[in-house]
Parts: sequence; C-alpha cells; structure tokens
Amino acid sequence: MEGSKAVAEAVRLCRPHVVCAYPITPQTHIVEELSRMVADGRLDAGFVLAESEFGAASIVLGGSAVGGRAYTATSSQGLLLMVEVIFNIAGLRLPVVMTCANRAVSAPINIWNDQQDAVSIRDSGWIQLYVEDNQEAVDTHIQAFRIAEELMIPVMVCMDGYVLTHTMEPVDIPEQEEVDRFLPPYEPAYRLDFDDPFTMGAMVGPEAYMETRFHVHMDMMEARGVIRRVADEYAEAFGRHRGGLIETYDIEGADVVLVSMGSLLGTMRDAVDELREEGLKVGLLKVRCFRPFPKEAINDALKGVGVVGVIEKDVSLGLEGTLCSEMRAAFCGEESPEISSFIMGLGGRDVTVEEIKRVARELVADPACRVEFRGLKEELMRGDER
Amino acid sequence: MAREGARVINLMEPGHTGCAGCGQAIAARLVLKATGPRVIVANATGCLEVYTTTYPRSSWEVPWIHSLFENAAAVAAGMEVTLKAMGRYEGVKIIAQAGDGGTADIGIGCISGMFERGHDILYICYDNEGYMNTGYQRSGLTPPGARTTTSPPGRLSYGNRTRKKNMPMIAVAHGVPYVATATVSEPRDLMRKVQRALEIEGPKYLHILVPCVPGWGYESELTLEVARLAVETMLFPLIEIENGVITKVRKPKEIRPVEDYLRPQRRFAHLFRPGGEEVLEELRRIAAENSRLATGPAMLGGPPGEGG
Ligand SMILES: Cc1ncc(C[n+]2csc(CCOP(=O)(O)OP(=O)(O)O)c2C)c(N)n1
Ligand code: SF4
Ligand SMILES: [Mg+2]
Repeated sequence: MEGSKAVAEAVRLCRPHVVCAYPITPQTHIVEELSRMVADGRLDAGFVLAESEFGAASIVLGGSAVGGRAYTATSSQGLLLMVEVIFNIAGLRLPVVMTCANRAVSAPINIWNDQQDAVSIRDSGWIQLYVEDNQEAVDTHIQAFRIAEELMIPVMVCMDGYVLTHTMEPVDIPEQEEVDRFLPPYEPAYRLDFDDPFTMGAMVGPEAYMETRFHVHMDMMEARGVIRRVADEYAEAFGRHRGGLIETYDIEGADVVLVSMGSLLGTMRDAVDELREEGLKVGLLKVRCFRPFPKEAINDALKGVGVVGVIEKDVSLGLEGTLCSEMRAAFCGEESPEISSFIMGLGGRDVTVEEIKRVARELVADPACRVEFRGLKEELMRGDER
Repeated sequence: MAREGARVINLMEPGHTGCAGCGQAIAARLVLKATGPRVIVANATGCLEVYTTTYPRSSWEVPWIHSLFENAAAVAAGMEVTLKAMGRYEGVKIIAQAGDGGTADIGIGCISGMFERGHDILYICYDNEGYMNTGYQRSGLTPPGARTTTSPPGRLSYGNRTRKKNMPMIAVAHGVPYVATATVSEPRDLMRKVQRALEIEGPKYLHILVPCVPGWGYESELTLEVARLAVETMLFPLIEIENGVITKVRKPKEIRPVEDYLRPQRRFAHLFRPGGEEVLEELRRIAAENSRLATGPAMLGGPPGEGG
C-alpha cells in the first residue's frame, strides 16, 4: 500500500472529529485519500478544505479548542506558512496531530525530500517523531493521538516525502476495534464550553509568561517517558514494537556509530550489513523522537562508543547539521565521542549505500570531528572549492 | 458564572484596562447583550483582546479564545465544523471578531475562506480605523486624510491617502446572506442587527464603527457623539444587506456637513489648514456617494465616485 494511503487509513481509524489540510506535494496523496474516504462515507469527520495552510492550522486549532480530535497534514512551504499557528497550538496546549511529509524548502523551490522543513520548527513546542517506513508511519500516527491527548502537547509525525509517501510497501492496517481499545475517545482536560466559560489565550506579561514556558518545557521533558510507555502499550496491543525514542542496530562493540532520522535508516542498515561483512565494526542509532530530545537514551546507547557520524538531510546554514548539534548537546556533562556532521540528500539528492559506507570507512580511518557535505557534484562547484 | 437574569446582560464585564470611553468596549458589550450566553467567541489580537484578558483576569463570561491577529475567522470555522461533527452544535452561536486591521488587512484570507465555505458564523469587525493596539498606525480602513502614526501629515502629506476598503461589499461579493453596518450611538439598532444576523444560517458580517479616544483625538465623553456624527454626515452609512439586496439605509433627517464630524477629532486637524481643502473635498465626495445609497441591489464597489 502507498505510504500516503496507509497514513490516511491510520488517521481514519483514530476517528478524528476534524480533518483539515491544504494540498502541497508530497503531502497531497494523504489529503486526497482522506477526501475520498469522506466522499464514500468511510470517514465521518468535519472535513474542511481550507484556503491556505495557515487557515488549515487555525481550523484544527479551533476544532481542538472545542474538544475535538484534530488532524492536519502538510509539507515544506505549507509548514512554514503555518509556523505562527504551530507555535500557538503548542502554547495553547492543544493536542493536534499533524503529518509532515518532509520536503526541501525554497528557494530554490524543490519538491523533493529532505528534512529541512520540520527540523526548522524544532523549537515550536511540538513533539516530533520521525518514521523509517510506512508500517512505522501507521503505528506512529495511532500512538501520536494517545501521546498528544495524554500530555496536551501536539505531535508531528515526520515521514520522508516521496521516499515514504509515494512508495508502495506491504503494511498491516489494524482493525477498528483494536484501535478503539488502544485509543479511547478524547476527553479534553479543558475545552470551550458555555457550561463552564473559559478564557483561552489570554495576554500574559513578564509576571507569568516565563513560568508558562517552563511548564511546557517540563512537560516536554516528561513526554519522553510517555512516548516510551505508549510504544510498549502499543506493542502489547498490536504485537509490534514500533515506537519509543531511539532504536539501535548492530551497536554492540561498534567502533563507529552512524546516526540519522527517517527513511535514510533503511539505506544505512544495508550499508552497515555490508560493512560488518567486511569486518568493520559499525552500528546505527536511529533518532525517532527529535523533540523532546532523548538525551539520556542516547547517552546510554552510545556508552563507550568513540566515533559518531551524524548523517542528515538538513543543515543549519553557517554551522552544521542540526541533528549533529543536538547529538553534541546530548553529551554535555558526559564523556563525548568524536561527533561529525555529514549533510546529505538535500532536495532529493540520492543517498547511496556506497556513499554511507565511504563515510563509515573514513571515520574508522580518521575519527576527528568535522562537518562535510557529501554527494556534491564536482562540476557544480565554484572554482575555489574544487 | 453568567447564566441567567441580570448578569446575562453583562457577559463582558467592566473592569478591563481599556481607555475610558473606548467605543470598542461599548460595542462588544452590546453584542453580547444581544447574543446572550450561549455563544463562543474567537477574538483576534487587538485592543479588545488585550485589555479584556490580561492574565490572570478575564472580562469574558462566555467561552472565549484568542489565537492570533489574523485567524479568528478560521479558528471559529474549526470550532463550528468540529462541534457539528461531535454532535454538540445544537443551540450554539459562534462569533469571530477582530479590529479593522485584523479584518480588512491581515485577516482577510481567513475571512474569505470562512465566507466562501459558508460556515455558520457571525463575523464582527470593530472598526476604529487604525491599528490602535500598536499605537495608532494606518490600516486599510483608515479614511482619507486621517493622521495616524504611519500616515502623518507633513510637508508632502495630508495624512492617509487612500479610501476605506469596502469590507461590507467584499462580504456581499462572497454571497454572505446578511451584511450590516452599525455603530455605538445606535445601541438598539446594533443589537437588533446582531440578533437578526444570528437568526440566519450561514456566514454573517457585521461592521461596527467604534470611535477610539486617543487614536482619533477627541474628548473621552464624546464617543457616542462622534459616532452619531459619522452617521449624520453620511461618512459611515448604516445599512443592511440581505442576500445581496440593500434592505435598509439609515437616512438622517438632515445630512450634516462632514466638517461637523471632522472638527472634534485631532486626527483631521491638519485638513483645516491651508492645502487641506482637496482632502476635505474627497471626504465630501464620499459622503455624497453614501447619501445616494438606496434600497435595492447592492452594487459591487458602490456608486462610482471621482478619484474613488
Ligand atoms: C502577525 C502579527 N503582525 C502584527 C502584530 C502586531 N499587532 C497586534 S494588534 C495590531 C493592530 C490591531 O489593529 P486592529 O485589528 O485594527 O485592532 P485594534 O487594536 O485597533 O482594535 C498589530 C499590528 C501581531 N500581533 N501579529
Ligand atoms: S486605544 Fe482606542 S480602541 Fe484601544 S482601548 Fe483605547 S479607545 Fe479603545
Ligand atoms: Mg483598529
């Protein structure tokens, strides 16, 4: 089943009250599938075709504020157009769930996959979960509503555009009764209702603003435990453990550990298998949960590892890959491995098993910390960079 | 908690921190007096939002949400659709409200979407003809000649250069079934229009002129008088439009010269100095065009006027 269709099925099973989105490649197939479900009577939700992503995000905000289960989806430019509302949803503590079909950001305009869009709104107060394949996308969406509603924190499920959204993979879609058991109807802690008039979104000055931010921060920190527990409960209910904060692969006794988020992990697994056959001790760490950042889990997983290479499809222009910076921060107060940043696959540039193996081999030979773009085309370099 | 009896009439409690004589405060209270308590309000950023909900106090005794400056219409649309999907919509009225800036300028995309999709929402624009909350800057509803902090008169300027964007006609062009204008000097008319609007299913647009004491520069006890003069000079005509047809135009017994309205307001003071005559003439032209408004089909763009 196509990734977008699988996500739409998962969302339908979660029984949202309001679904609202605006088309943008590569998220469009999700909205189109949801529209078909509404047209066929398979999805009984308030379905709004908004005039923009800004409007779409505001509509799900309103729906969530009156106590409805709310879902939206977007990509790239759409996500950036939503940004003001995205911060607002988090600050109002509304448990909206969103799919971000990760795509590069303009200019130059580019509809292909990287993760610059979601990474750029790291600090918005949304939980960000990155999935590796379409089964994980399905499982993560179902968990996302549970996590969001338990914590009153919105959740963004990030799945690589095209690579996942437009790719056919066998996917197990759970039964409605199973999902209903796992995800009970949403009982909001507060909602707009005239039986108990409530003012939401008041003006808060210097005397209390900072505390409201502190509380969100603390709840975000606590979310790590909730995300783990929900993954365990999901495994119990559906017989599949797809969730949690991180995953590791072949990490025991590894000299070099490669780190990434999203679908790249699939390619990296193949690279690691081949490297292991060659006798190189290389392992993988997959960061599933980018916000809140799983510092302790990463520390524990990488105890004794000397060299880390972070491979990512985004760049904090003027520094390094953003995930790489986060990895460095994770070792604050701990003994840190050498951590290098490898920026790859921007705007849909192919990332090959060979290139990943090259990175690993180079790190084995020379662990010194560095920042590199990989896979650049020689013929497009300026003279002084050749 | 506001429910029945005497308290229902004051669903927006006094005790906010707005200016004495704020037209918007008077209007907002009249609106809720007309709706009663079974209403949910989505309010845009602006003076009204700020001075009624300074944490930890709130003047609102109805469920009320403020999200952003430019999305009240979309937030309201989300509430309506979701309450319907949840089976909780019966007996609910939803109001989206914003200032002139939140309506005619930055919020117009969300409003257009809400109108076009036909949500059952009363949208109210509190028009004080400028961005008052941020210190009296010009908006798309600032009238010609008005001094604002971003349209100051100067050696080359007689204040704001542009006409007010015709928001009621923009609503009519969307097929909004009920569109009306009102102001605080006519409280009964204002409340009747709110109630009439709420009888109609679908989007409704109510445009209320709300004088602003410091932004317009008049004495705070003159709020109602200034509003009355806006109507009596025909610079702000009170009209009602149902299904694209103007059903009512309030014609003053005697139309007063525009100067009567302009003189008490410091924002127009420079028009009475040499060189201001051209702008005064433009304002007279607008008043004259408005005076020709009559019942019958609402014309897009209103009557044509020189330099309009
Ligand atoms: C996106 C955004 N831009 C600008 C502002 C700053 N701002 C807040 S209120 C306001 C003006 C409000 O004007 P209006 O809607 O006419 O309401 P009023 O205060 O006059 O009642 C502005 C410019 C903001 N809050 N958000
Ligand atoms: S500045 Fe104007 S709109 Fe704002 S509170 Fe004062 S009178 Fe009211
Ligand atoms: Mg204003």
